[in-house]
Amino acid sequence: MAVAIQVESSPQSTGVHTTRPVAPVETTSRGRLRFSVPRWALHLVSLAACVTLWELASRHGWTFLLVRFENVPAPSLVAGAGWGFIHSPKALSHVGNSLLRIFAGFSLAAVLAVTLGLIIGRFRLVSDLLLSPFELLRPIPAVAWIPLAILMFATGEQSMVFITFIGAFFPILLATIHGVEGIDRKLVDAALSLGAGPFSVFREAILPGALPSIMTGLSIGMGTSWFSLITAEMVSGQFGIGYYTWEAYTLQNYPDIVLGMVVIGVLGMGSSALLRWAGRKLTPWYRPGGALP
Amino acid sequence: MSRDGFSPVTGAISLRDVGVHFGTGRHAVQAVQGASFDIAPGEFVSVLGPSGCGKSTLLGVLAGFTKPSSGEALVDGLPVERPGAERAVVFQQPTLFPWKRVLANVAFGPKMRGVGREERKRIAADILREVGLADFHHHFPVQLSGGMQQRVSLARVLVNRPRVLLMDEPFGALDAQTRLQMQELLLELWAEHRITVLFVTHDIDEALFLGDRVLVFSQRPGRIMADFRIELPRPRTPALLTSDHFVYLKRRCLGLLRPEATSTIDGTSQPVFAGDIEQSSP
Repeated sequence: MAVAIQVESSPQSTGVHTTRPVAPVETTSRGRLRFSVPRWALHLVSLAACVTLWELASRHGWTFLLVRFENVPAPSLVAGAGWGFIHSPKALSHVGNSLLRIFAGFSLAAVLAVTLGLIIGRFRLVSDLLLSPFELLRPIPAVAWIPLAILMFATGEQSMVFITFIGAFFPILLATIHGVEGIDRKLVDAALSLGAGPFSVFREAILPGALPSIMTGLSIGMGTSWFSLITAEMVSGQFGIGYYTWEAYTLQNYPDIVLGMVVIGVLGMGSSALLRWAGRKLTPWYRPGGALP
Repeated sequence: MSRDGFSPVTGAISLRDVGVHFGTGRHAVQAVQGASFDIAPGEFVSVLGPSGCGKSTLLGVLAGFTKPSSGEALVDGLPVERPGAERAVVFQQPTLFPWKRVLANVAFGPKMRGVGREERKRIAADILREVGLADFHHHFPVQLSGGMQQRVSLARVLVNRPRVLLMDEPFGALDAQTRLQMQELLLELWAEHRITVLFVTHDIDEALFLGDRVLVFSQRPGRIMADFRIELPRPRTPALLTSDHFVYLKRRCLGLLRPEATSTIDGTSQPVFAGDIEQSSP
């Protein structure tokens, strides 16, 4: 009985979890569905349904439980605002400023955290000396640094880059340390017995061995640095997409609020995709959870 | 294939009363105790013993990974102090760098010696042809089978022209068919490269099939119970595995490795079956 259930349910569960598109000619593995539809079409249909529902809810001022759509701008209004935004000179300076801050803060964090993480992960002494202050600072969210950052730095620009830096630093540091500690001791032994010196061991074994974990840390750090930056811009910014979104609220340009959110989402998604692409290029031997194609 | 002609002059191994213990106080573990033996240049010596008897630790001492707690290990008269390419190590699990393609893995040693890019590619390709992997230069290790990965591991150490090859159950994870192929390949390479091989295994057949000589280890703390020559003709072929002499030697080893046999040994006793076994002459 148990075996029969196993046999029946296993193709179904693989059908649910697979991420590859099902070819249109095949019948889907869910049995009951006889005709076949490309999966992207299904995705598109569900997306369109959501947007339509939102449009209707906003137009008619519906309320779902506690959520009032009365003041929520409709998608059509947001699209109109987006069209205007693209053609205004402000767009470039808002987006450009945010990207520049992310670039500066994130790059600084990446270089520092990876370097420190490699050393802390490799040498017990450095780990004992440095890790405890870092452990104390780590639980403090980057956003909580904003007031002090404004006091610590001469310009608002510097303090915002600092907040971005803090947001990215700890996830990258921890992932790097984790990556170094996870390296098979035998690989280091092999490198040594093949004639590698201390520096070569670092370059040829430690760094590439930790790279998959470092890439994971970079993508988490990218997410947290965007989060931190947007908050910092809302509090103390002039220009920047976070500032734009908050300004839209204070000026009661409601469609611009949603537009700001969408732009933030697109920027975050784009930078994550960029990192994933870089990760695939840098670690061609590594595929999470499986062998190479 | 035969070992005639001149004998190699480097690759002599000498252990003088080597002991290794890990940890301190109540948690101290004696892994190896009073190990002394000499291996002549070019000799193929199998080290046979039960799992966890400290034979791998001994290999680690010679490789330079582990410092002996007492005694000393010498290779060509010089004490072993750190890992080095002249003492090659092949582990049970292939330790190829997953991020390097096959050719780059093999070219690693020459790269560390400062050999130029084109030159090291050429010598790596030569040795890959020798182990039968001429067509796999651009594969990543995960794309190869276990046997092929161990071929690359062999190529990667042999490219450094080592004097001593230290092998820690290198074929233990392979299926029987592949293992036999690898054993024959190893014997071919050994005849070709004229290096000293110290081959750790818990497989009696393997120890006898490969070695000029077998060192039998007791259970932990590892001590040498027996040291005998294997007078089987070379080149060795799988047909030998069923010969009378082979079976005779195998029965002797089985007797030595029986738990009750090893447990009777106290600190001072001689090998239990010493009388039955022809002692190796230095």
